[in-house]
Amino acid sequence: MSEGNILLKVENVGKQFEGNRVLKDVNFTLKKGEILGLVGENGAGKSTLMKILFGMNVIQETGGYEGNIYLDGEKINFKSPLEALNSGIGMVHQEFSLIPGFTAAENILLNVEKTKPNVISKIFGKRLETIDEKEMKKSAQIAIETLGVDIDPDTLISEMPVGHKQFIEIAREIDREKVKLLVLDEPTAVLTESEAEILLKAMRKLADSGVSIIFISHRLNEIISICDKLVVLRDGVVIVERPTKGVEIRQIAEWMVGRSVEGEKSVHIKNEEDFDDKDIILEVKNLWVDMPGETVRDVNFKVRRGEIFGIGGLAGQGKLGIPNGIMGLFPSGGEVTFNDKNLALNNTYNALKSGLAFVSEDRRGVGLLLDEPIDMNIAFNAMQVHDKFIKKLLGGLIKWCDNKAIKECAEKYIKELDIKCTSEKQKARQLSGGNQQKVCLAKAFALEPTLLFVSEPTRGIDVGAKKLVLDALRRYNEENNTTIIMVSSELEELRSICDRIAIVSEGKVAGILSAKASVTDFGLLMSGIDKLEEEGESNEQN
Amino acid sequence: MKLKSDSLKRFLIDSAVPILFIVISVIAIPLSKFTGLYLVREIVTRLTRDTFLVLSLLLPVMAGMGINFGMVLGAMAGQIGLIFVTDWGIRDVLGLVIAMIISTPIAILLGYFSGGVLNRAKGREMITSMMLGLFISGIYQFFLLYLCGSIIPIKNPKLLLSRGYGIRNAINLDTAGAFDKLLRVKIGGVPVSFGTILIIVAICIFTSWFRKTKLGQDMRAVGQDMGVADSAGIKVEKTRIQSIIISTVLACYGQIIYLQNIGTINTYNGADQAALFAAAALLVGGATVSRATIANAIVGTGLFHLMFIVMPMAGKNLTGSAMLGEYFRMFVSYGVVTIALVLHAWKRQKDKEMDRAQFRVDVKTSK
Amino acid sequence: MNRINQFIKSFGWPRIIIALFLISLFIAGPFFGVSTDMSLNDVFVRFGMNAILVLSMVPMIQSGCGLNFGIPVGLVAGLIGAVMSLEFKLTGPAGILAAFLIAIIAATIFGYFYGKLLNRVKGDEMIIATYVGFSFIFFMNMMWIVLPFKNPSSVQGFKGTGLRVTISVQEYWYHIISDFLKIKFTEHFTFPTGMFIFFALMSFIVWAFFRTKIGAAITAVGSNPEYARAAGIDVDKMRVISVIFSTILAAIGIIVYQQSFGFIQMFNAPLSFVFPSVAAVLLGGASVNKASIANVIIGTILFQGILTMTPSVINSAISIDVSEVIRIIVSNGMIVYALTRKAR
Repeated sequence: MSEGNILLKVENVGKQFEGNRVLKDVNFTLKKGEILGLVGENGAGKSTLMKILFGMNVIQETGGYEGNIYLDGEKINFKSPLEALNSGIGMVHQEFSLIPGFTAAENILLNVEKTKPNVISKIFGKRLETIDEKEMKKSAQIAIETLGVDIDPDTLISEMPVGHKQFIEIAREIDREKVKLLVLDEPTAVLTESEAEILLKAMRKLADSGVSIIFISHRLNEIISICDKLVVLRDGVVIVERPTKGVEIRQIAEWMVGRSVEGEKSVHIKNEEDFDDKDIILEVKNLWVDMPGETVRDVNFKVRRGEIFGIGGLAGQGKLGIPNGIMGLFPSGGEVTFNDKNLALNNTYNALKSGLAFVSEDRRGVGLLLDEPIDMNIAFNAMQVHDKFIKKLLGGLIKWCDNKAIKECAEKYIKELDIKCTSEKQKARQLSGGNQQKVCLAKAFALEPTLLFVSEPTRGIDVGAKKLVLDALRRYNEENNTTIIMVSSELEELRSICDRIAIVSEGKVAGILSAKASVTDFGLLMSGIDKLEEEGESNEQN
Repeated sequence: MKLKSDSLKRFLIDSAVPILFIVISVIAIPLSKFTGLYLVREIVTRLTRDTFLVLSLLLPVMAGMGINFGMVLGAMAGQIGLIFVTDWGIRDVLGLVIAMIISTPIAILLGYFSGGVLNRAKGREMITSMMLGLFISGIYQFFLLYLCGSIIPIKNPKLLLSRGYGIRNAINLDTAGAFDKLLRVKIGGVPVSFGTILIIVAICIFTSWFRKTKLGQDMRAVGQDMGVADSAGIKVEKTRIQSIIISTVLACYGQIIYLQNIGTINTYNGADQAALFAAAALLVGGATVSRATIANAIVGTGLFHLMFIVMPMAGKNLTGSAMLGEYFRMFVSYGVVTIALVLHAWKRQKDKEMDRAQFRVDVKTSK
Repeated sequence: MNRINQFIKSFGWPRIIIALFLISLFIAGPFFGVSTDMSLNDVFVRFGMNAILVLSMVPMIQSGCGLNFGIPVGLVAGLIGAVMSLEFKLTGPAGILAAFLIAIIAATIFGYFYGKLLNRVKGDEMIIATYVGFSFIFFMNMMWIVLPFKNPSSVQGFKGTGLRVTISVQEYWYHIISDFLKIKFTEHFTFPTGMFIFFALMSFIVWAFFRTKIGAAITAVGSNPEYARAAGIDVDKMRVISVIFSTILAAIGIIVYQQSFGFIQMFNAPLSFVFPSVAAVLLGGASVNKASIANVIIGTILFQGILTMTPSVINSAISIDVSEVIRIIVSNGMIVYALTRKAR
């Protein structure tokens, strides 16, 4: 391996956010004209690594990173994405960053427009140069053609199908003349199969012309078919760096999810034999949910009374949409039967009233009133839905908040869940993430639900608090026989607490496995390998 | 065929407001009993008088900042320029040009300040720019009422209040009609001031040229999506400030053109209404808070003023009360701005829903 | 030191400057021959006249509808109540109660549609409210001319139709609330106890309202609409309720103002209440999305204090009347300041 041929060298890179280590000692190299497949679970550190590479502001604001990165043999440390762009790194993000009212050409050349000088611009500077539409169109046309697709550069982005938008986004990056390294973050997620194929071909073409590509995808078969080289990240560490040749999908899946030691074994006391399909508390048929970024397309599953049912899968695949849809927070359709009764969708009040409760993944955005005291946060839902903590005055005409009852309730949960606070009157904003999460749990418990949805209960909280939250959930499940459906991107967490786990991929349930199934099986389901679906289901039957 | 009817529908929806005003005017014109010649003369006068002010609103709309109600800052700068020129006794076109020269730096400064404030109030630019106009009007009054004639020397006693300092409420301009008198031609009994019209044409050309420059393109990008523009390396805040500066300076010139036509300055109340009438005119022309063209500005100015002339008279002839027409006129001015703002906000919500609805269809068909 | 900084930060520089300015005016007053009792009298009377109008900002701010620049909707409802009461020729307590009752009915109807409209334009409430308020005033101006009012004290003398610009309530319900249990301290200082009791009553209603189930729901909607939605609350309905409540308070407030002032000011008069009412609540420490009754009280005292003290003290001191300009700069400046604060 000659030094001259190496474009990117990542050396001992590490990063921690406020004491939370997300990357440790990451090393790999990328040669010119090579395609590198980067895989890993959510939270494995992929996006942090890319943020470092791209000089995103977050990195600087949180104290920079450790180690060195070399581009073309030169050490780099970008202060802003703009510097990265100028050094020839292009990045296509998962979310589109296109201007809908602009044409394809205008988007491709955004802020690098072709201009012609004129009299006024000679006096007042370059920004008053006139746009050269003809040149822009030509340049855009070339970029689009490189990708091997046929899109008119004059089309407005808002009138394009999703797949075309993705191509425009990539065309924008390759149009920059200096582009040496292209980072594609899940570019095929929104494409149809044939479009994905065109894109993969285009990537090959680009690579052959000397551009190096870092390709992030959860579709492992794509990784195998296109990449020269494979890097697997797990828990912030590079597990494998090797050529793709001769690697099997199963193997990658294992590297992705497999823990070196089989961590905490499932500790729940209940046996699967305790449950069967005779006592179904919730049945979901053909559910679709229109939750931006977490679309659910067609989901079917049954939950048995008293179990803890896990829903896992990679980010953006739709697992979060399931509870949000059933609870009526996002438009949804399909058929949901709860306690043998049909549950009307798109009606949050009704869902809560019939005994469901939901702890949202968006703790600060949906879960809490940050500027209100803890007791109000805990009691609010129970008060609004079940008329608890209410004193009726004037024969029920005035429903007065019973502050004493609210206080007692809050004190009870503060004690039970060990919420660390100065008093029940402390503002929710001032609590730590873990304690905020406990307040969210208390809010749901105060509703005394028969079925509880918990979404990402341990996201963004420290290890100690994680255990407390999970313990609280398990205890609540055991003491009250409340059925719990827990959605989480952390497979280990699901395996440690759940009885059965459904894996959601591309808006559908890829399979439902017992928590005891092997990690590899879970990994494969996450990667959307269809052929293993049957195997998954047979597992469940055992 | 379907496409044709769709685009027709779209055209009708887009121009619903102008059509509504044409209908109102068509009903009101016979009631007002004005002669055609009189109306044409009035409209031509008012088009030359007001169009420039309305045009000054275009760029902030393009930069996504909505109607720049803060254009009154520019109008005030223009008035200050005119007051000084009057004090120095400079007449005619030279006086106007010097007034423009004096007021330009003031307008740039005020525009810079205004742009900075609006950058701190993203998402509520319109209400903030309106309040900013009222706030600066307090400072403007302080400047003219207490500083002029006491700290700032004013030689011409005709300008001062009888107490010895402070500018009078109404000032006659020596420069009255200076632009209008240039190249004035009578066409069929209607005097047309080609001098002023040439200035307006020049500004139209400037605006449409500006849209095609890099800076114009940046403004459009910022106006559509600040986030994307920022990640592409466009300096969002700076671009927004620039659009407000240009708008303020243009409003300043617009006010000078407006006042030279009127011939007198209403020192303390003149500028306040400038933004309301300019905004109403633009919106009557079919513009929205996020899209406005030169054609919208010109058509709107014509239609709005047609209604403005006709309505009080029609109201009087119909009910015998002149005040009724006057109130109706004010009601319509405010009402049209209200309707345009409501329609825009409502459409934005609907568009979002439509996007999602389309998505839902996709989801269902893919099953 | 740190705590002082903290205090200044939370209270905000503009408020501190204005409070200091007001205090210095009170101290300086006597030196320029301004009698303190007269100043106090003015401040208390003006407080009583305006406090309920300022209070009417609270429900809408709490529900997240922002500052109620559309207060004319409520003011017009109050005008309707007042002129209708005169039309029935009711005097004394019956007169003002009738005025309240009719005003409340009108305000409920107007507030309902106003609230529905604001729900359609979320995010742009303030600018639209401003223009709705203005348009509504001019619409009602036409109505004042057209509607067949009969009472000779209300209609224009020479024509017999169309309302007067100012209508005296001298013979109907002048000072009905102001003079209730009034206490005369000195010749120039009479404490309008009635107005303070009435304000206390209104404040209590607002306070109590936010301690009921619906009130708590409205607070949640304003504080975090997503949270409220996830608790199964009909966000739009809560917003409409708060708008109706604000509108009713504004209607009551303007009648209280009129009974003290002695005249019903018709036509364009409501225009001049918009920005001062908004500015006062902000001056009291409220923000675009959080307001309390304490904010109302502090704000009204500061704002009305400045308004009464600047003309008398500064005019006596330097014999220049800058009060109008100061009013414009303080009230509008305060609103601009609040609008540029980051919403949290």
